[in-house]
Amino acid sequence: MPKDGGIGASVKRREDVRFLTGKGRYTDDINIRGQLYAFFLRSDVAHGKLKAVHTAAAAAMPGVVQVFTAADFAAVGGIPCGWQVTDRFGKVMQEPKHPVLADGKVRHVGDPIAMVVAETLDQARDAAEAIDVEIDELPPVLNMKDALKDGAPKVHDELTSNLCYDWGFVEENREAVAKAFEGAAHHITLELRNNRLIANPMEPRVAVGDYEDHSGMHTLYTTSQNPHVIRLLMGAFVLGIPESKLRVVAPDVGGGFGSKIYHYAEEAAVTFAAKMLKRPVKWTCSRSEAFISDAQGRDHLTKMELALDKDHNFLAIRTETHANMGAYLSTFAPSIPTWLHGTLMAGNYKTPLIYVNVKAVFTNTVPVDAYRGAGRPEATYQLERIIDLAARQLGVDPIELRRKNFITPDQFPYQTPVAVVYDTGNYQATMDKLLELSDHAGFAKRLEESKKRGKLRGFGIAHYIEACGIAPSNLVGQLGARAGLYESATVRVNATGSITVFTGSHSHGQGHETSFAQVISEMIGIDSAQVEIVHGDTSNTPMGMGTYGSRSLAVGGSAMVKATNKIINKAKKIAAHLLEASEADIELKDGKFTVAGTDKSKTWVDITLAAYVPHNYPLESLEPGLEETAFYDPSNFTYPAGAYGCEVEVDPETGKVTILAFTAADDFGNVVNPMIVEGQVHGGLAQGIGQALLENCVFDENGQLLSGSFMDYAMPRADDLPFYKVDHSCVTPCTHNPLGVKGCGEAGAIGSPPAVVNAVIDALQRGGHTHVTHIDMPVSPARVWAAINNR
Amino acid sequence: MKLSDSRDIAAAPEVVWSAILDPEVLHQCIPGCQSMTGTVEDGFEAVVKQKVGPVSATFTGHVSFSDVVPGQSLSITGEGKGGVAGFAKGGAAVTFEPIPEGTRLTYDVDASVGGKIAQLGSRIVDSFTKKMADEFFARFQDAVEPATEEELAAAAAAEAAAAAEAEALGEEVVADSGDHKKGWFRRMIGG
Repeated sequence: MPKDGGIGASVKRREDVRFLTGKGRYTDDINIRGQLYAFFLRSDVAHGKLKAVHTAAAAAMPGVVQVFTAADFAAVGGIPCGWQVTDRFGKVMQEPKHPVLADGKVRHVGDPIAMVVAETLDQARDAAEAIDVEIDELPPVLNMKDALKDGAPKVHDELTSNLCYDWGFVEENREAVAKAFEGAAHHITLELRNNRLIANPMEPRVAVGDYEDHSGMHTLYTTSQNPHVIRLLMGAFVLGIPESKLRVVAPDVGGGFGSKIYHYAEEAAVTFAAKMLKRPVKWTCSRSEAFISDAQGRDHLTKMELALDKDHNFLAIRTETHANMGAYLSTFAPSIPTWLHGTLMAGNYKTPLIYVNVKAVFTNTVPVDAYRGAGRPEATYQLERIIDLAARQLGVDPIELRRKNFITPDQFPYQTPVAVVYDTGNYQATMDKLLELSDHAGFAKRLEESKKRGKLRGFGIAHYIEACGIAPSNLVGQLGARAGLYESATVRVNATGSITVFTGSHSHGQGHETSFAQVISEMIGIDSAQVEIVHGDTSNTPMGMGTYGSRSLAVGGSAMVKATNKIINKAKKIAAHLLEASEADIELKDGKFTVAGTDKSKTWVDITLAAYVPHNYPLESLEPGLEETAFYDPSNFTYPAGAYGCEVEVDPETGKVTILAFTAADDFGNVVNPMIVEGQVHGGLAQGIGQALLENCVFDENGQLLSGSFMDYAMPRADDLPFYKVDHSCVTPCTHNPLGVKGCGEAGAIGSPPAVVNAVIDALQRGGHTHVTHIDMPVSPARVWAAINNR
Repeated sequence: MKLSDSRDIAAAPEVVWSAILDPEVLHQCIPGCQSMTGTVEDGFEAVVKQKVGPVSATFTGHVSFSDVVPGQSLSITGEGKGGVAGFAKGGAAVTFEPIPEGTRLTYDVDASVGGKIAQLGSRIVDSFTKKMADEFFARFQDAVEPATEEELAAAAAAEAAAAAEAEALGEEVVADSGDHKKGWFRRMIGG
């Protein structure tokens, strides 16, 4: 096999050549002749009655073509939500209207009120200044618990309250869990907040709408992680355009981290305006605008309880979480605190009884949806923090307490009490690997060294599991998904042997163009340079669900493998004909078809040429051509898992935390490109450490976003991060997809926050500050200092 | 945001009172004020151009007065809209207390900002407000406090020099070019 380009080779990412030399073609690089520019006037108050929007003066300004308000969208649908959660009483969630432009009320700072379309962006922006908006301010609802009190102002007047749903999982276990706590030898409780985050991809969102009058064809160029999903949602639910008349293109996309999964109002608005005005309309989000219009992440408030028996075996887990939905339901928002969170509450442990309660709440804040990890980081954080707390309260080693309760390799497939079945794993192995790589044995010596310098040193550990490779369609359908979650691929073999793969997955930084080509290269035995990966355009790729939830290789890659197997089967038939042998005797190796046990062979190109120039070809039984499409629907989730270790030093004088070392020992199953995997883990760790130490989205008491720029929202920088030790040599291949892969995109962001916080608490405890048992993220110097000094 | 402070002004309470309710005085004293019109009964209409951190905006606003106890105290509420830059609004309770040196003016301000100003400038809004207040009172004191002999002499010299320069350039000499000199309000009302 060509290890230089096949599975397991650290092939350099081919796409980086264009990204690093400024040759990428992003949505903002797309300019269409005659294009107009859109600017959105947004609410500057968090909650108010929208009495009137006077646009006449703006409409009369130079260059202005049209000013759109809610009234212009009266005939179209609202922005749809893609997941319906059923609450613990069997009732479906409360689902508010989500108009394209604010209608009757404004519900968060940043809620779009009007769209000005003009010849230039400056003209559109100037005209927006001339729009007179009459708003009667209403008291905003910001605190989730206050929002649920009787008499609280309602975000949506048409709903009975601010409660989206009250979800219980597994509801039938509620009583049994309560009983287990009553009889337990130990009962540990921890209240914590999973801080709200802003995704901040490097490229802000952009949407360009185009319309071809003579054909009725709409095109939307947009910064999306899943162009087919946008086509489906916007075409079917908002604008009423059949798929055949709507093309959605997501070209090079500069990061998404979840925030570019969703269908946003701006996409529908420019598509709608392009048709009405018969001219292309472009909108480019500014960075300031992104802070108040991109869906945000996390924002859970949780009470977590763990029951243990006298021998420290976990007996039961009970959680009560308030999850902030923000002002509207973003595309997948309801599924994040429920099915992507409650199902992971078993972690790597054999806890027999679990009950998860989640109250999803509407507030006058920016909508919240999936952000790298989505629900799984929240579950992992709760679990790994409370296990550390339990170990401390019980006076046992946190590593040993974990080991004692790990699901063991002989227990797989393992049915958790929270619906999912783990197919495979080996948690003792990743823990061993972590302790080895992080030189855990040498910690005591390093601790002494820090002490000499007056610094507090700590070591924190976290083990995580995630459910990736989403998802079995029939299962998610039962859970409320309004879509299937299969993936697709068309493999087109060209006449002279090169291959073009059209995938429904979408790369916005993951490196599919490189790693997908490696898989084909391995399967057929041709150079990966012969394989081209095409994605991001609904006009040439088969219907696919896009990229999120670490699903691309596990689901999209499997679809490609399936299609390639069809190609290989057909190619063998052609080879059998040309070699006058039985199909069963044809072997494919290193790009050569050989009759088993003979030296008779045909090259890959002999076969592909024969398929397209079928002069000597079994036409009566075989179609010419060599192109196959496959759809792959996974039979289970994949379950990457790993052990993360963080070593910190805390300056007791200032509260400043410095991460000295961070080690990640992951089990991602089989790995196609180790270099790409390492890069994915690095990025995830940066975001997880960012959440733990720096990032925090803060609204003031009026609902104004205070952390609304990079001056106040602290993104991690190179000097905040250590050099990582990353390992993925512990491999238990996934048992149900053809590649045995599990997914690696989110792991870093899931496993690292609890490792960091555990390390900080460990440092404070070892330093004698034994009253500090928890500090909410971000563990900033001010919070650490206050925790040390507030006795 | 809350701001409480007091200023001692070397002028009698009635002078301070009438000055602070005079649109022309406010126009001169509020930094960046482009216009100020209206009456105490109906409130004032104001246009103020300011830069808060990275955000520049022209605010158009309305200020109204309530709980007016002439010469003693009043409440001010106001709101300024800065278009896409956002808004600022708030209120102040002001009292005027006679002291041997003149008047002690005490104020409690409660203000808030929204939109882009809050998003980008929240960290500097407090210091910005303090700077605005300092500048306002510096100008206000200039307007209502009597000038010292030295200041009058310096002002006269400066005026003479400006007139000479203007004459040399062949320009018409205007007695009051709009640059108010110290104590102008006091002189205007005959104080």
